Amino acid sequence: MDRPPVSRGFRSTRQASEATRLPPGQYLTTDFPVLSAGPTPEIRVADWKVGLQLGGSLLGKWTWDEFEALPQSKITVDIHCVTKWTKFDTVWQGVSFDDLLRAAGVSEPPSAYVMAHCDGGYTTNLPVADLVAGRAMIATRYEGLPLAPAHGGPARLLVPHLYFWKSAKWLRRIRFMPNDEPGFWESRGYHNYGDPWREQRYDGD
Amino acid sequence: MTATDALPQQPRIAWQTGRVHAILDETSRVKSIILEPATWSGHWPGQHVDIRLTAEDGYQAERSYSIASPPEEKLLTLTVERVDGGEVSSYLLDELRVGDALEFRGPIGRHFIWSRTRGGPIFLVAGGTGITPLMAMLRHRRRSLAHTPASLIYSVRSLADAVYRDELDAMAQDDRDLRLVYALTREQPSNWSGHWGRVNEMLLANNSFAREHDPSIFVCGPTGFVESISSMLVKLGFDPFSIKTERFGPSGG
Repeated sequence: MDRPPVSRGFRSTRQASEATRLPPGQYLTTDFPVLSAGPTPEIRVADWKVGLQLGGSLLGKWTWDEFEALPQSKITVDIHCVTKWTKFDTVWQGVSFDDLLRAAGVSEPPSAYVMAHCDGGYTTNLPVADLVAGRAMIATRYEGLPLAPAHGGPARLLVPHLYFWKSAKWLRRIRFMPNDEPGFWESRGYHNYGDPWREQRYDGD
Repeated sequence: MTATDALPQQPRIAWQTGRVHAILDETSRVKSIILEPATWSGHWPGQHVDIRLTAEDGYQAERSYSIASPPEEKLLTLTVERVDGGEVSSYLLDELRVGDALEFRGPIGRHFIWSRTRGGPIFLVAGGTGITPLMAMLRHRRRSLAHTPASLIYSVRSLADAVYRDELDAMAQDDRDLRLVYALTREQPSNWSGHWGRVNEMLLANNSFAREHDPSIFVCGPTGFVESISSMLVKLGFDPFSIKTERFGPSGG
C-alpha cells in the first residue's frame, strides 16, 4: 500500500500517554456523546422486560425487579465509537452475559450468533464468543447511577471490545441464531464485526 | 469458522487523495471545502466521508464530515465548523489551501439518506451546521427538479450564523413546494417577523406535514437539539420509525 500523503502543516496535539490506548483513527473525549438512529424512547422500568430467545421459545425472561436481583458485575473499560471518539475508564454495572445464561439454566450457548433486539426496532448481531467469558454485560448503571435514556437506559448491552454501536441501547431481547445475519447498522454500510483495533468501521474494512 | 467470514465481504471503501478545488467562507466559524475526488461513483444525499490527516511523524487523525453537495455535482462540498481546540477542524479551516491534497474516503452510511426516488414529503429540522446533510437533500431535490413538498426548520443563533443562507433564501423564493423557516435563538434583527427562540412544538406542528402524507423526517444538529426535537416529534404523534436523526457530539474535533 502507498504511504498516505503528509498533510502539510498538520501536527499532533495528542499526549504520548494516550497513544497506546487509542485504536487507530480514534481521538480521546472526556464527555459522553450520544449517537442513535432515531428518537430516544421513553421506557418505564415497570413495563420493562428482557428476554433470551431461541427460535420460537424463550429460554428466560426477566422483569426489572427480577433482573435487578441477578448477580451484579462492575467493570471499568475504555469505549470506542465508530464516529471516532474514545472514552477512557468508563464505569458500568449490570448483569454479565455469563450470569444471564446461568440464570436461564443454559449451560452451553445453543448457537454461535445472537441478534440483540431493542426498543425502536434497532438490532445488532454478535458472535456468542464475544459475549461470554466476562466479555459483555447488560448494563443498567453508568458511573454508579441509573443509565440515562439517551445512553440506552434502562438497560443496554455493553460489549466494550467492539465499536460501541454493538453495545445496543434499550435492549429488550437477545435471540440466538444458527447463522450470522446483519443487524441494523450492519445492513447500512457498517462492518459486520466492528473491531476497533483493526479499524473495522465500514463494509469491507 | 471465524466470526468475520460468515457474511460476504463488501469491497473496502478505499482511501483516496482529493484536491482542494476551492474554499468558501460561509460564516465566521464555518467554511466549505470544495474537493475534487480522484474517483467518485456518486453518493446519496445525507451520506458522509471520512477525512484523514497525516503528520510528518506518521501521526494520523480522522473525522467524519457530511457531504453538502448533491450527487448531480462532480465536486464534493464538505462544510466544516470550528471546534474549539479541535485538531482537525482548525487544520481544515486555518492551514488547508486551494490545490492541497486531502485524503478521504466515502461515501459512507445508508441510514440518514434521502433521494427523490423515496418520494416525499420531506420534513427537515437542522440545528447549526446540522444543516449540511440536509442541504445535500435540498440541493438534490432542486437539481433533479423533484417537486417533492419540503419543509426546513433551521435553528441558528443569529441570521449571521446561518450557513448557505443566500442559497436557501433563493431556493425558497421561487419554489412554492419548499417552506423555509428560521428559528433565531439568540439574536433577532429589529424587524424580525420570524420565530424567536428555540424550536418548540408549535413551530414543528405548524411547519410539518400531516402524518397521513407519510413524511420522511430528518433531524440533524448537536445532541441536545436532536434529543429535544425528536422527542417533541414523537409527542406530536409522528411514528418514531419515520424520524431519522444524526447527532453531532459536543466534542467532535
